[in-house]
Amino acid sequence: MEVLMAIVIGILFMCATYLMLSKSILRIIVGTGLLSHGAHLLILTMGGLKQGAVPILSDAAGVYVDPLPQALILTAIVISFGVTAFLLVLAYRAYQELGTDNMERLKGTDNHE
Amino acid sequence: MTSLHWAVFAPFILAIFVPLLYKWFRGIHTGWFILFLPVLLFTYFANFISVTMQGQSVTKSAAWIPSLKIEVDFYVDGLSLLFSLLITGIGALVILYSIFYLSKDKEKLNQFYVYLLLFMGAMLGVVLSDNLIVLYMFWEFTSVSSFLLIGYWNEREKSRYGALKSMIITVLGGLSMLGGFTLLYFMGETFSIRTLVSQSGNLFEHSLFIPALLLILLGAFTKSAQFPFHIWLPDAMEAPTPVSAYLHSATMVKAGIYLVARLSPIFAESGVWLWLVSAVGLLTLFWGSFSAIKQTDLKGILAYSTVSQLGLIMSLLGLGAAALHYENLDDNIFMAATVAAIFHLINHATFKGSLFMAAGIIDHETGTRDIRRLGGLMPFMPITFTITVIGGFSMAGLPPFNGFLSKEMFFTSMVNVLQLDIFNLETWGLLFPVIAWVASIFTFIYSMILVFKTFTGKAQLEKLERKPHEAPIGMLISPVILASLVIIFGIFPNLLSATLIEPAVSSIQPALADHDFHVHIAFWHGWTTELKMTLGVVLIGGILYITLAKWKGIYDLLPSRLSLNGLYDGTLSVIDKGTSLLSEKVMTGSIRRYLIYIFLFFFVVLGISLFQKDAFQLDTNNLAPIGIFELILAAAMVIGSISILFAKSRLTSIIILGAVGYTVSLFFVLFRAPDLALTQLVIETISVALFLLCFYHLPKLSSRKEERMTFKLNNALVSIGVGTVVTLIALSAHSQKLFDSISSFYLENAYKEAGGKNVVNVILVDFRGLDTMFEITVLAIAALGIFAMIRLRLTRRNDQP
Repeated sequence: MEVLMAIVIGILFMCATYLMLSKSILRIIVGTGLLSHGAHLLILTMGGLKQGAVPILSDAAGVYVDPLPQALILTAIVISFGVTAFLLVLAYRAYQELGTDNMERLKGTDNHE
Repeated sequence: MTSLHWAVFAPFILAIFVPLLYKWFRGIHTGWFILFLPVLLFTYFANFISVTMQGQSVTKSAAWIPSLKIEVDFYVDGLSLLFSLLITGIGALVILYSIFYLSKDKEKLNQFYVYLLLFMGAMLGVVLSDNLIVLYMFWEFTSVSSFLLIGYWNEREKSRYGALKSMIITVLGGLSMLGGFTLLYFMGETFSIRTLVSQSGNLFEHSLFIPALLLILLGAFTKSAQFPFHIWLPDAMEAPTPVSAYLHSATMVKAGIYLVARLSPIFAESGVWLWLVSAVGLLTLFWGSFSAIKQTDLKGILAYSTVSQLGLIMSLLGLGAAALHYENLDDNIFMAATVAAIFHLINHATFKGSLFMAAGIIDHETGTRDIRRLGGLMPFMPITFTITVIGGFSMAGLPPFNGFLSKEMFFTSMVNVLQLDIFNLETWGLLFPVIAWVASIFTFIYSMILVFKTFTGKAQLEKLERKPHEAPIGMLISPVILASLVIIFGIFPNLLSATLIEPAVSSIQPALADHDFHVHIAFWHGWTTELKMTLGVVLIGGILYITLAKWKGIYDLLPSRLSLNGLYDGTLSVIDKGTSLLSEKVMTGSIRRYLIYIFLFFFVVLGISLFQKDAFQLDTNNLAPIGIFELILAAAMVIGSISILFAKSRLTSIIILGAVGYTVSLFFVLFRAPDLALTQLVIETISVALFLLCFYHLPKLSSRKEERMTFKLNNALVSIGVGTVVTLIALSAHSQKLFDSISSFYLENAYKEAGGKNVVNVILVDFRGLDTMFEITVLAIAALGIFAMIRLRLTRRNDQP
């Protein structure tokens, strides 16, 4: 299973990289979204995908899955959401002010020091 | 802090008060307040003569950074005393001269004297420091203060050019010297020069010996304007004349000479040292005297003549190193080279100082320094003429002036080279006296040009800005004193020999301390080879001077573009253009370009080190089984993420991104992470909504083609590389578990210690609650930021220029 996940994550990273290299700012943000999905799955996979119970203590289960990566991922999800939301509004405002979403055109102007 | 420390730091302290003195006493020339200090210091240092004459030395220590072995140790022996006396003595004369040279009303005197005092203190620090790092610190102080003094008239383009050039070249050398000092520290475990000298025998064996030697010599050569680093000195002539007289003839340019002399006991055992110092010195001597003749500016001639005389001293110091290689010191003929170097050092300071001051007077009283416009000044300026004749004839090496004696001693040493049987000098050594002799002929010619083209012939009064007349008496005092010294040292050279020269020579050749060594400079030393050489110089030089107009054309044969200055300017502009071209090529301003750099770096560094270090492993023992649901979800995710790449509209790509996010949350369900699945589901929904909002606010896409992303092969290659590296690293990281997880602790204690059954939540708010707090902060900042971006609309400042 881990081998399969590693390959899936690699593909996620590949697609994310490809999207981040494009010109449109929206695609770049889509790329960062994919990248964070890849990273979250990577953390989970690295923690080990052994079968076990949900990490909610009960008398029935003896073996649980590792709770620590889950806590880390939960934090990471929230942070990447905050950053993504900020980036999106930034892109929206940049489009409103500058009239383009093409990254190649978003360069410093000549009179800009 | 001892009195010696106060003496070195006194100029710095006085420099603090100069602006106040300048402001409070506008009626009085600020220089008068400064003058007392060098006089005081000169008498203070003169007191040491009785100590050094007995072969003693004085060391005064003060702690600075003891943990790094950096101490402010000052050390007075014959060599440093000689330099201190030169610095303070000529410093006093130069300040006296500058009082009359610089106008009280037109010049920024406060700046001038601050810089000059900084320089004086720094120079004293250089010659008195025993600690190499302290020496380096003062060395760079001299570079900086010299930079400020050369650029004193900073409204002039040429001043700024000259200042920058001297700064670049001397700091280049200074830094390499610091490298050499550091290597010396590695070899000797100390920064103290005296301690290093005492273990010089061991250092010679060390593999870093030659690199240290070369680096330190580079520093000394750049400071002392040796070939090919002499090019800054002629351009430094844009400085006020008192500065040229002080820095660029008597003191700063001798800092390199001082360094070579001071470190001779450490390095002189090496043949590299002997050859480099003496050959570079000779080359400089020749090239400086050859180039001086074509100059038309008085200070230009003096600058090249300084270069050439510094080369002469340097070559003598190099030959003096040969003395180390002979057992019998009592009648050692090579010791004479060191004696000649020290003697000529004193002589050069006297006659070159007076010549510069005379040139300044001519400039001041006629408004030009161009020898093509000068001439016939003798009736107008008899005293200046006398000074120039004395200085010029001494520089040419004519009796009865002191330059004659040191030139004779120079010839002696050069002829003695023929008797050296070390380091291949027996074959190539013949070049030494020949080059020296030819250079002396050139020296004779430019000295004559300096004296006679300026003062004899027909006066061209219509070409001069002012009617020439004799300088005020105050301006003449300093050059007259120096010119008198030229004559006194010429007629009574032994005044110096016991007091200054012998102690200085025994500092350079410490082995002498045990010997009964006496310098005796005889004015008439018999009908010797040297005298015949001098006669030849006068004869041939005289003929060449008279026929100067006929052969001066050879200087035009050398195209000006091939000069060393052209090389310097070319190098600077190539570096300038090259770096700006490089940054234009690399820093394009395109974010895509920068991302490619980052990803390529990631791919190359991680990918290569993965295989270089043989880190890739695949362990299939400990894998979880693959279920049918996992397989389906994995397939959905792969198809989804790849199809984003080919999505034709952005709407499609956003929806597919949402689908991928929901697949992720399904994975979380499968991998037994309910909290994650919940959060992921909610957040993915909000994200997609936000994306759609954003998308909605973009204009109708009719104006822009909703085109597929331009397919770029290199983008694809880079991303495939990144994806592969991530997969490989994930696989090998998973295959090499070094120790067990600490999660058993959380599982055991979640209920016992924290009273919760949901272990993930207990970790988030109890075991690792700090993470959560700052995660909340992140969200708050993001929310505030979004709010601020939407609400705060400052008008763009386009209307401003």
